[in-house]
Amino acid sequence: MALERKDVENIAHLARLAISEADIPEYARNLSSILALVEQMSAVDTAGVAPMAHPLDAVQRLREDQVTETDQREHFQAIAPAVEAGLYLVPKVIE
Amino acid sequence: MEWETVIGLEIHAQLATRSKIFSGASTAFGAAPNTQACAVDLGLPGVLPVLNREVVRMAAKFGLAINATVAERSVFARKNYFYPDLPKGYQISQYELPVVANGHIDIELEDGAGNMVGKRIGVTRAHLEEDAGKSLHEDFHGMTGIDLNRAGTPLLEIVSEPDMRSAKEAVAYMKRIHELVRYIEICDGNMQEGSFRCDANVSVRPKGQEKFGTRAEIKNINSFRFVEKAIDYEVERQIALIESGGKVVQETRLYDPDRDETRSMRAKEEANDYRYFPDPDLLPLVIEPSFIEAVRATLPELPEAKRRRFVSEYELSPYDAGFLTASRELADYYEAVVKAVGAEPKLCANWVMGDLSANLNRDGKEIGDSPVSSAMLAGMIKRITDNTISGKIAKEVFEAMWNGEGDADAVIDKKGLKQITDSGAIEKIIDDILAANPDNVAAYRSGKDKLFGFFVGQAMKATQGKANPQQLNELLKKKLSG
Repeated sequence: MALERKDVENIAHLARLAISEADIPEYARNLSSILALVEQMSAVDTAGVAPMAHPLDAVQRLREDQVTETDQREHFQAIAPAVEAGLYLVPKVIE
Repeated sequence: MEWETVIGLEIHAQLATRSKIFSGASTAFGAAPNTQACAVDLGLPGVLPVLNREVVRMAAKFGLAINATVAERSVFARKNYFYPDLPKGYQISQYELPVVANGHIDIELEDGAGNMVGKRIGVTRAHLEEDAGKSLHEDFHGMTGIDLNRAGTPLLEIVSEPDMRSAKEAVAYMKRIHELVRYIEICDGNMQEGSFRCDANVSVRPKGQEKFGTRAEIKNINSFRFVEKAIDYEVERQIALIESGGKVVQETRLYDPDRDETRSMRAKEEANDYRYFPDPDLLPLVIEPSFIEAVRATLPELPEAKRRRFVSEYELSPYDAGFLTASRELADYYEAVVKAVGAEPKLCANWVMGDLSANLNRDGKEIGDSPVSSAMLAGMIKRITDNTISGKIAKEVFEAMWNGEGDADAVIDKKGLKQITDSGAIEKIIDDILAANPDNVAAYRSGKDKLFGFFVGQAMKATQGKANPQQLNELLKKKLSG
């Protein structure tokens, strides 16, 4: 499956990546060849093989439901670009 | 053309844990902004999520309560999208392998002719996920304020089949789920605080057509009333749109209660745009059968079973049983009253559903805060059944108990409300009244039956309502007939 210009633009938009016009054909070629590799793998018969969710053959450990964290707001907000009244400020989001 | 509505609901129930789903930060409501958002919740580099055992137990409990399959193995996935209240750029959720699948719950609706008709609603799945933070759009010099206290709060997203055919069915289903999560104590159900909210997927199709119409998703509805109104509005909008030659587009809409309408938010990103993939930070969740059995042993009597039992054991109508089992606390209160009285379950039901519920509503109190305890109400009902007071005087006793004037016996004693059951005393009062009203006595005897009420009223007035009503009626009839 070969990716076209508009596919690359869509992927870049979803990932919030700014890409330059001139690079788009190169990205399309690279991504297409990655997909070609995936297609090759798809040709392998995997019937009867359970999909792998994680490379480690282990299961999730659980923690007890206890509050172990204390308030570190001052710490975290020291590196935030803008804060006010305890809130992180970000450019206006219009719904 | 005749149209059919198709509705599916996605309900988000906040699980009542102390700490978050993947971190040890507190989930307590109402804390100062960002004081309960730790490094894991903020998605700072180098942190790892660790799953809270309690959310697994609660999800399993829900699965068992709706006769679903609790997956022995489920997987967490990243749902990718950008929004400032989602610091990681993805929400940890479950996609292909949810923890709960294939359950159902039964609803009942009145069919318009006074009959209750049951319907089974399928629950496709329920999965665990983390909540996002909160955006405050009030003015911060043209910027948006972000509070991440809610980020990482555990949610159980309960997804129904598109089985509902009207807004009323959708509300009935939502109420059943709401009742259930509170019964099994996995969610406090507080809709004002956002602990229980829903998205409604709504579409219409010509009646008889198999294929579903294009659906719109109405987001974040937080009251039963708004669910009904939002769906009704949306159905009308879609029908009007199609009938005027337009097409419904798949999109997310927001319900505005002030204007009673839904408005487009943004074209919904296609499912594959979320680019779900298994979260490499989390291993597959394995739930052992022994864990599931241990959870099963903690299941309380469920609302439906309780309703059926109330009908058979206490001989209540399905309506009364439904009312009294609406919450576990109310059902427990009622049963404590019946047990203490030891008889008259219907009379007990009337008091709980009548004066008690009316007073709770009036004062905005929950059953747990009732100033009249189950023991106090039972004590008062016993005084009705042993004829110490009449049902009418009991209302006065109840109000006094409600206002903190002591238990029934104390109130009856202090206010001198004991019923007069001494026939001699009642006869004397009647004689006085008849002697004082010779004209009315004559009129009654010549056929004006309606005057009977006048005499009852006079006698009650003379005894401040304390005459035993049955005795009074009998004696009065006897005396008047001559």
